[in-house]
Amino acid sequence: MAAGPAPLGGHPRAQKPHLSKMERVVVSMQDPDQGVKMQSQRLLITVIPHAVTGNDVVEWLIQKYCIAEDEALHLGTLLVQHGYLYPLRDPRRLLLRPDETPYRFQVRLNWEQTPYFWMSTLWPAAELDYAIYLAKKNIRKQGALVDHEKVGYHHPSPATPAESSQRNPSPTSGAHSPGSKLIQMHKHTHPIEGVSEGRWGVHPPELGVGKSFPLETFNHPQAHYDQLHRKINHTWDLVVMQAREQLRAAKQRRKGDRLVIACQEQTYWLVNRPPVSLLLEGGSWTAEKSLQGQCVSLRCSLRTCLLTLGKDVSFEILAKFLTKTVDFYKRRIECCRKALGRTRVKSSVCLEAYLKFSSQRGPHDPLLSGCLPSNPWVTDDDTYWAMNAPSVAVPTKLRVEQWAFSFRELLEDPVGRAHFMDFLQTEFSAENLSFWEACEELRHGGQAQVPALVDAVYQQFLAPGAARWVNIDSRTMERTLEGLGRPHRHVLDDAQLHIYMLMKKDSYPRFLKSDLYKDLLAEAVVPLETKRRVFPFMWKPRHSSPSLALLPTSTSGEPEAAAGSPGGGDGET
Amino acid sequence: MAADGLHENETLASLKSEAESLKGKLEEERAKLHDVELHQVAERVEALGQFVMKTRRTLKGHGNKVLCMDWCKDKRRIVSSSQEHAVTMPCTWVMACAYAPSGCAIACGGLDNKCSVYPLTFDKNENMAAKKKSVAMHTNYLSACSFTNSDMQILTASGDGTCALWDVESGQLLQSFHGHGADVLCLDLAPSETGNTFVSGGCDKKAMVWDMRSGQCVQAFETHESDINSVRYYPSGDAFASGSDDATCRLYDLRADREVAIYSKESIIFGASSVDFSLSGRLLFAGYNDYTINVWDVLKGSRVSILFGHENRVSTLRVSPDGTAFCSGSWDHTLRVWA
Repeated sequence: MAAGPAPLGGHPRAQKPHLSKMERVVVSMQDPDQGVKMQSQRLLITVIPHAVTGNDVVEWLIQKYCIAEDEALHLGTLLVQHGYLYPLRDPRRLLLRPDETPYRFQVRLNWEQTPYFWMSTLWPAAELDYAIYLAKKNIRKQGALVDHEKVGYHHPSPATPAESSQRNPSPTSGAHSPGSKLIQMHKHTHPIEGVSEGRWGVHPPELGVGKSFPLETFNHPQAHYDQLHRKINHTWDLVVMQAREQLRAAKQRRKGDRLVIACQEQTYWLVNRPPVSLLLEGGSWTAEKSLQGQCVSLRCSLRTCLLTLGKDVSFEILAKFLTKTVDFYKRRIECCRKALGRTRVKSSVCLEAYLKFSSQRGPHDPLLSGCLPSNPWVTDDDTYWAMNAPSVAVPTKLRVEQWAFSFRELLEDPVGRAHFMDFLQTEFSAENLSFWEACEELRHGGQAQVPALVDAVYQQFLAPGAARWVNIDSRTMERTLEGLGRPHRHVLDDAQLHIYMLMKKDSYPRFLKSDLYKDLLAEAVVPLETKRRVFPFMWKPRHSSPSLALLPTSTSGEPEAAAGSPGGGDGET
Repeated sequence: MAADGLHENETLASLKSEAESLKGKLEEERAKLHDVELHQVAERVEALGQFVMKTRRTLKGHGNKVLCMDWCKDKRRIVSSSQEHAVTMPCTWVMACAYAPSGCAIACGGLDNKCSVYPLTFDKNENMAAKKKSVAMHTNYLSACSFTNSDMQILTASGDGTCALWDVESGQLLQSFHGHGADVLCLDLAPSETGNTFVSGGCDKKAMVWDMRSGQCVQAFETHESDINSVRYYPSGDAFASGSDDATCRLYDLRADREVAIYSKESIIFGASSVDFSLSGRLLFAGYNDYTINVWDVLKGSRVSILFGHENRVSTLRVSPDGTAFCSGSWDHTLRVWA
């Protein structure tokens, strides 16, 4: 059976971590002692052994991971959608139902019996396997393939007329000639679109079939069909032969086993069938197209590189690769050496800082503590935004308080900065702030403006006898004046930092103690809370509970009353 | 086989082993000052109550997967990009987008390996594509972009393993940042006083902090077990969080120079695609590939809430500039604003 070509680099790209994690979950679910209760389940008149009910799965997940029912359902559905668990009833709808619906685990079956392996080992599934599956269905059901399967399945042009009469033609396909309209985009919406793409690296170039956007049927150009046709044509006999063999082997099994294997197979292909466009493009359905694979990982050893590139790789390419790798390691070594030399702060000190920061900012965090008068997104009332506009005449109390948290935050707020400028004017040091602003403009401005800006700053702030001369220490001044000979955007960085620190250590603390600031605090506005239907964003529960209560969600702007909430309203409890 | 840069007695193998041993020493040094865990320190902090967050707006305008979004500084407007031949942005597979601080332009790019800046206009008749300016050129796809403090400079991250700083007006490359061993997937600018550093995360599982002026890597962290999809600074600028395909989010402190917290749960299996902090840094919102959003208590390390609603993987998540809400974009073609 054809396997895909070896992945780039000789090392298979690391299995997406979520698949191995899911497998671990599924393995523990099947643990004889701690796993989900397995018993025989009745399906119509057949008895299926080793099956589990949806209910039991949900219960088990809740217990094992200490989660609520909605999360357990969600997780269970993901397992089903990835094919680790398959439903025995209605196998086309890949959902976990929290009821008595029976499910079974996909198991590694013996190679001889069936070729279907667990998700992680066979990735991606080969085109031939899919073709064989479709051929079997065709033979069994006499051509009644479901819409989406018609895309993958296509009759080759018969080698001889005799052969064509042997095959049972699909009544709907009429595909004896390349010109047929066999290939159609499926109308059937793909229930788990996200899943197949999860195997494809970052973004597979497929035609994005959305869950709620069914594609219309359309006929592909002749060229596409021919391409596919030609591609698979030479192996068609093999496909049909394999299909017949497998069907013959299946007939010898017990009915119960047959049913189970059929369900398993169907689920497997629902999960793993190729995205349509790739089939049509005739592109190789492997992970090579993954964007992440495009960038050659520099962790490839030289040996692997040789294996990948082949023995007749040119000397230049190899040398280039080698140089690139040498650079990479040298840079790493340099970075490590520097890192070893840096001073570190004790964890306890750093972590305490978070506590202080969060407690100080907590009341200022709308998502944490709500905001007054109300959060516009919740109540559709814009007042909060109007009151906190960038240049508002009277700032709110919280805003004025925030200017005392750090110098940076004072400067970042245009209203705060303006008041600080006023204060500096009373102290006759306003040129410091102006200088700092001019340096910011230089640093973040356009490249073309650099020489002009540097000159302007020099003339205004640094030249002897300048109109707004700033007081920089002599050493920094000397260095700066030297650098002005070759102006670049960072030439004033040292001077800017000096002035910034001067303001921060000197003027800023005085500002906070000044009458000006105290008056601002006193005059600041504290908005009234909007009375109507304001629910806080969090309230303290009466007793802590491990489960997460989720209120019914709605997409309307109206907050709904929680069932049994500790008395809505102000929520001061 | 001679190669540039190798001295006598140096072989590739020796360089590699030197790098490994230095790395080991670095880990030892870092461990010496680690005297307490975050959740221990946070024991005396009051627990958060029950969380009630809902979708307040659902934005359905995209015909395809939403890949990325950004807020305008006016706190109300959003730019988002998706995988489609959109009418207004004729660029397939736009994977990164950003709003200019002035609100007058946006930058976006993706599979075209470029980052282009589009001035925004409210004139519906005007063809935005005509005014587009190509700024950045990489040799592989563009995964992330961000304006620095002004409309004049853009920082980009690319699948070619590098980040770069560009002058918008001229398209000139001002600085490039080499060091990642694989695609760079995300970046974030530091909210520091001197405004000179940024952090990037990549497929090599590393998060690296860079000096924008010198182009040097200042710090590097390698504790994730898989690709890092998203990095975001803690509001104080002393730490940053990362979200990864290994289904965990982690907090790294820059002064302690180490990872200080892991946000994970056994029931969370799928990778985190996007993370952001609330204004006070107490909450961490993370969007996952299993269609959910988990809300974490940053200090205590526990999960506060799980939000359902999206019908496909959450690809992008950003808190609004004033912290009143956060927006999530998803492969289900919608954007949701939560508050």
